[in-house]
Order: sequence, then structure tokens, then C-alpha cells
Amino acid sequence: MDEKKMAIIATKGTLDWAYPPMILASTAAALGYEVQVFFTFYGLQLLRKDLSGLKVSPLGNPGMPMKMPFGPKWFQSINWNIPNAVQAIVPGFESVATGLMKQTIRNKGVASIPELRDLCQEAGVKFIGCQMTVDLFGFEYDDFIEGIEYGGAAMFLEFAGDADICLYI
Amino acid sequence: MNFDKELDARGLNCPLPILRCKKSLAELTSGQVLKIVATDPGSVKDFQAFAKQTGNELLSSAEGSGEYTFFMKKK
Repeated sequence: MDEKKMAIIATKGTLDWAYPPMILASTAAALGYEVQVFFTFYGLQLLRKDLSGLKVSPLGNPGMPMKMPFGPKWFQSINWNIPNAVQAIVPGFESVATGLMKQTIRNKGVASIPELRDLCQEAGVKFIGCQMTVDLFGFEYDDFIEGIEYGGAAMFLEFAGDADICLYI
Repeated sequence: MNFDKELDARGLNCPLPILRCKKSLAELTSGQVLKIVATDPGSVKDFQAFAKQTGNELLSSAEGSGEYTFFMKKK
């Protein structure tokens, strides 16, 4: 039997949305899939050498629980319902929320994005950067990690056309 | 049960137990057994699915005091 294939299009450039493509790609590779991930638009942020710019924003995101990653259990279980209007005018709100999220990630034994990305590359996941987006946003190849290929829609579709699973994230 | 290598995946969350398991199996030869200890409740179904899809044999899966112990025989 031929190796199964999975194709993913990663379009989001935030800390939270970095997880689905990286988790699925690394796991599929561990299960023996051949995996390609095509990073386009904001998704290209996930290929930067420096991933410290990845943030999560609770602003306008009613699905995001706002809980503290420290203190006694009763305190950690409080969901802080902070109005959008307040979030929007407090400078650094996003950075604080991101710091708290990163702490929660560590507390819960969830892998970091740099770790998952390394695991993907070790497992042979092929990363493709969208050349059009690189040009559009004025990025330099030097901004990104090694081992990436750059290409366009036709290149992605050549692989995706034969894929068993194709996801747009 | 006898085993050839042990993987401590306690405190790790999805998908790390699976990824570490894959790595540990790579260091074994066919027929050898890997013991895995995990605390992620999701790992029970994940290891079943991993075994089914990779052809490695899940010899046993047990739970006790919040820990899950698996024995995986390399294909």
C-alpha cells in the first residue's frame, strides 16, 4: 500500500491557531503519512526563525477562556469576563494575555510551537512557503527557518490532488 | 511484563506522548517491547489508534491512580 498523504493549508499567524497545523502534521508524520503544509498569508508567521512574535488575542474572541495559570485552584477556575472595550484600550493587553497563555501551555504539558515545528521537520514534514505572500508582505527568505521550499498554488495542488486528507486551517 | 525500553510520558499532553513513543520505537528492533507511562487521559485512544495505523502491536493498556501504562511491541 502506498503511503497515505495529508495536505494542510495554514493561513493563521497567531499562537492559538499555530497549534492545529503543527499538531496534525507532526502526528500524521509519526503515523507514517507523507505530509506537506502550505503556509500562506498570516500562516507564514509560523515559519519565522523567531516565533516570539506569535500572540493570542482575547479581543473579539468570546470562545477564549480567560483564566489565571497560577494561584489556588478556586482562583484558577475563575473566568475573567473582560469587556472588549476595556481590552481594546489597555496597552499591552494582548502581550499579557499571551504571557498567561504560554504559562498555561507549560503548566499543562502542552508542547511549544517551536518544539512542534522542530518535531515536524525531524519527521520529514515538508513546509512550503507561499512565494506570493513573501512578496506581498515584503518578507526576506532570511526571516524564515531553513529547509523550506517556496512555491505557489499549482505546486501545492500537485501534492494535494493525491492527498487522502486535505485541511484548510 | 518484560520490556526493553521505558518511556516516561507523564505530564505530557497531546500529541507529545505519541511523538515520543514513535521516537523511542525507532531505537528498538522488531519484536522488542516499549513500556510507556502517561498521565494524559486522551492517550488511551491515541495509542490504540497509533498501533492500528502503524502496525505496532499494543500488547496491553492499563490505568491506575491517574497513570496509564502501555506496552507496545515494535513491528
